[in-house]
Parts: sequence; C-alpha cells; structure tokens
Amino acid sequence: MLRVEGLRKKFGQGSNNEKLALAEINLSLQEGEFVTIIGGNGAGKSTLLNCISGVYEIDEGKITLDTVDITFDPEYKRSKYIGRVFQDPLRGTAYDMTIEENLAIALAKGKPLGLMPGVTKKETTLFKERLELLDLGLENRIKQKVGLLSGGQRQALTLLMATIVKPKLLLLDEHTAALDPTIARKVLHLTRKIVAEEKLCTLMITHNMKASLEFGTRTIMMHEGKIMMDLQGQERSNMTVDRLIEQFEKRSGAELDNDRMLLS
Amino acid sequence: MTFMVLQGSLELGIIYAIMALGVFISFRTLNMPDLSVDGSFVLGAAFSAVMSSSGHPFLALGIAFLAGCGAGSITALLHTKLKIQPLLAGILTMLALYSLNLKVMGGRANIPLMNKTTVFSILEKTALGDNSKLIFPLAVLLLMLLLLYLFLKTRLGFVLRATGDNDHMVRALGVNTDSVILIGLALSNGLVALSGALIAQSQSFVDVGMGIGMVVIGLASVIIGEVVFGVKTLLRRLIAVILGSVLYRLIIAFALEIGMPPTDLKLVSAVIVAIAMAMPIIKKRLSAVKRRFMVRRHERSK
Ligand SMILES: Nc1ncnc2c1ncn2[C@@H]1O[C@H](COP(=O)(O)OP(=O)(O)O)[C@@H](O)[C@H]1O
Ligand SMILES: [Mg+2]
Repeated sequence: MLRVEGLRKKFGQGSNNEKLALAEINLSLQEGEFVTIIGGNGAGKSTLLNCISGVYEIDEGKITLDTVDITFDPEYKRSKYIGRVFQDPLRGTAYDMTIEENLAIALAKGKPLGLMPGVTKKETTLFKERLELLDLGLENRIKQKVGLLSGGQRQALTLLMATIVKPKLLLLDEHTAALDPTIARKVLHLTRKIVAEEKLCTLMITHNMKASLEFGTRTIMMHEGKIMMDLQGQERSNMTVDRLIEQFEKRSGAELDNDRMLLS
Repeated sequence: MTFMVLQGSLELGIIYAIMALGVFISFRTLNMPDLSVDGSFVLGAAFSAVMSSSGHPFLALGIAFLAGCGAGSITALLHTKLKIQPLLAGILTMLALYSLNLKVMGGRANIPLMNKTTVFSILEKTALGDNSKLIFPLAVLLLMLLLLYLFLKTRLGFVLRATGDNDHMVRALGVNTDSVILIGLALSNGLVALSGALIAQSQSFVDVGMGIGMVVIGLASVIIGEVVFGVKTLLRRLIAVILGSVLYRLIIAFALEIGMPPTDLKLVSAVIVAIAMAMPIIKKRLSAVKRRFMVRRHERSK
C-alpha cells in the first residue's frame, strides 16, 4: 500500500546548523496494517510523516501510495488520499466555524469546489450519525463553533474528519499527547475502532510506550533518523515495555528520554 | 448635526460599506492584511470616470469590479507563488497601481465628471429623483451583502472561511489554499473597486490620491461594527460591517462639525483604528486597575 524507499531529508542544507533528520528510511506497509511509531525526541518521527504527507519536499528517495508515485505531488494533492490528525488540537479544525461546517469541508474532500450549498440536510443527518459513534454528545452541538470544544473533543472530531472520506493512508502524529490521560485513552480506543472498521492503513506516532504495543499490528522504533527496530507478529506480542526500553538502549547506545515518554 | 449632514454621511457610509465588505473578506475571512485596497479603490474610480465620460456609466461599475478582481489576483499571486509576505505583496500592488491608475486616467491626476452622464444623472430623471444617490448605492450594497452571504455559505465559501482560520487543515483536506487565497483577494478587491467606482460617479470627481488610507477606513468600519454590533453569526457580522461604515462617517461628520480641519481627518482615522485595535488590551488594563483599587479600598475599610 505505502512504500517509502531510500528516503533522506536534511534541514538547513549548507548552513552551520545543518541537520540530517531522516538518514535512510525504507518502509513498506501492507493493506490494513496499523503501525505505531516510537522514538526519542528529535528522532525524526514527525519529519517522516511530514515527508509522506508532502509538508516537506524530500532530498532523496521515492514514495509510492497504492502503486502511484506521489514523491513530487504537492501537499494538497496527496491529502486527497491521506487523512491526518496532528498533535496540536488547534491544527485540525477551523475554530470559528461550526462542527457541521468543518465536517462538510472534510466530506467534500476530492470533490469539486463550487457554488453548491456548503452543507445539505442529508449531510447533516450523516454527520449526526457519525458523531453519535464518538459518544461525546457532539451530535447535539452540530451548529456550535468548534472553538467551544475541548482538546479531546476536537481531536475526536479531527479523527472523524480525517476518515469521513475513506483515506488510503491515515497519519497520526502524537494526536493524544496534548490530552489528559483519560481523554487520551478514549481517543486511542476511538482510533482503534475507526481504523478497524474502515480497515485503514495507519501510521501512528505515540509517546506512550505501552500504547505502542497495545494498539496496532506492528511497532517501529526510530532513532537519529533511522528505523532501529521493526516489531511484528510473535516477537511483538511477546514484547513488554521494559524489554522494549532495554532493547532500545542496547541498539542505539543512548538513553531514552523518559521524561517525555510515558512508560505506563 | 443638520439633516443634510446626516444624509450625506449615510450616502457615503453606504458606498464605503461595499469597500468595507471587501476589507472584511481579506482581513477577517482570509485573515490576511491586504494593503492593495488603497490602489484598487482608485482603479475602480478611474475606470468608472473614464467609461462614464464615454457614456457607459452602468457598464463602468461591472468593469471596475473586474479590474479590482485583477488587482487582487496580482497580490495573491505575489504572496502564494513568489512567497512575498502579504503586507509587502499588498504594498507592491498598491504602488504599481498608482502608475497604472494614472495610465487609466489618461495621464491626468484628476478627472471631473460635471455634466457627464453618470448612473445618478440618469436615475435622477426617474421616479427616484433626488433620492437616487441614496437608493441606488443602497440597492447595490444590499445585493452585494446578499451575494456575499450566500457565497460564504457555499462549499467554496466554507473553504474560504476555513483557510483564514486554519490553512493547515484546508490543505490536509485536499484543497489548494493558493487558489482559495486568489479567489478571496480577487473578490475582496473587486468589491473595493466597485465602491470606488460608485464614489467617483456620486461625487463627480476622481483624484489619483483619493485612495490614500482607504484600507484604514475599511478596517475602522469593520472594527467599529464588531465592537458596537457584535460578531455572533455570519450574517450579523456582515451587517455589522455596514453599520460600522455608516457610524464611521457619522464620527467623521461630527469631527468636522466641531471645527476640525478636513486635513486632520486621516489623523482621526488612524487614531480611531489604533484605539479600536487596542480595545482588548485597554479593557484588560482597566479591569486590572479597577481590581487593585477595589482591593485597596477593601483593606482600608478593615
Ligand atoms: N522545520 C524544521 N527545520 C529545521 N529543523 C527541523 C525542522 N523540523 C524538524 N527539524 C529537526 O529535525 C529533527 C527531527 O525532528 P522531528 O521529526 O520533529 O522529531 P520527532 O518528531 O521524532 O521528535 C530534529 O533535530 C529537529 O530539530
Ligand atoms: Mg514530533
């Protein structure tokens, strides 16, 4: 489904704070695979997702999605096939517009933009149905501005917006990191439910080691712009958080920055 | 204030409200400070004068709108394709338009339209009579208000509003924000030029410098409207812009009435906008001072 070959990305080329953010990434995702990504601060996780989604142009390598080469497509074109939820809850929605209007823009993904009504009665019904599944009571607040929602509600809404038109790939960049633990859990479970129901090919960065093993079907660990570890199948189901940390420190020769990483 | 002054303020307020709606699109909807307004206002006025002189006053309004759209597109392209900051992109367009406006005006710095056919000289002869200067611009304004409101409720309108709120989200949802900005700034400057075109015919005079500070006047109208009439719903916001524009004219008329020289008006406009922009901070400071005062009084009474 997704193929990343020989991906390299440098920041500040030629300046004295030149930084090789992605050294040589090779990654292949099968249809319906749900991959969690972990790694220390500055490991290149976000950069990888941003290269795949076209926020950054890459220096070397090739990215194919569903056999189509998207390496040189601009961000907005790739977005037609890629759903995204960011770490910052403010980034996924338009705060000064209503829930319904936000969802309408998401539903229009890939359709022509024109002078048709922004949202129809039929669409409103669909939005209410979908919002009900989130179990946050948002279906009754459809005409309220998104600016009134809490961070968790916004992330749940953004998740719905990212998947309401089924994407070929779902990219989640620590989308629960800014939420308090109970809400974060709820959004994670919601993510699992949506991914399973739609059989979405998913890459999820998480700062939560336990969640990285608990959710998804495969776990990747990154360090200094490289993939250090790729866990799947039996090896993954036998893995514990403690052994994961031990393995990381052995392979990378570095200590994991435990402050930011949630171990439990 | 005399009735004459009030009516004059109302007439001007209505025509300038069309310009303020344009400024609302760039500053509020797209969240982009677009300074090309000063130039596109005169561009509209210049086309209006030249075409009225040659006997096409109504067509002139349409052409002025389109010319404004062109000017806005240039600013948008400078920003999106050449990555020039919005402020500077607007200034560049404004500067270029100064020369272009002189060209449109045939090299003259001003054009009087006395004894030329204007939409008003035509309408005066109908049942509207002397009221045409009030009623025709009002009809145009209400039409623009309605069209703009309906447009902002379409799918494209949604995306335009969302781009100002959060362009990351719009790109993540598969829309080319560059095109959206182009459409928004074109529309914005189209309205500004239409307003300039109406002013030219209403005052029977065009001067190449008449656009100076126009963006500040537009912004003042938008902000006064927001402060006085609120921002609750989209329709209310648009109506607030119009009322803000009329209120602004009344403030100016009042300033003149109490003996302020007309040459000081731009100073007044700048001060109004500065105060209006600083309103949130001023309110915060005032409430802090008040709280401190209350605490002190409370302590003393103990
Ligand atoms: N836009 C940018 N400009 C310059 N350097 C960047 C930029 N984005 C990321 N980096 C650098 O690239 C490295 C990887 O960053 P990032 O992908 O954000 O890490 P992670 O998400 O794993 O914490 C870091 O050293 C970071 O400072
Ligand atoms: Mg990151």
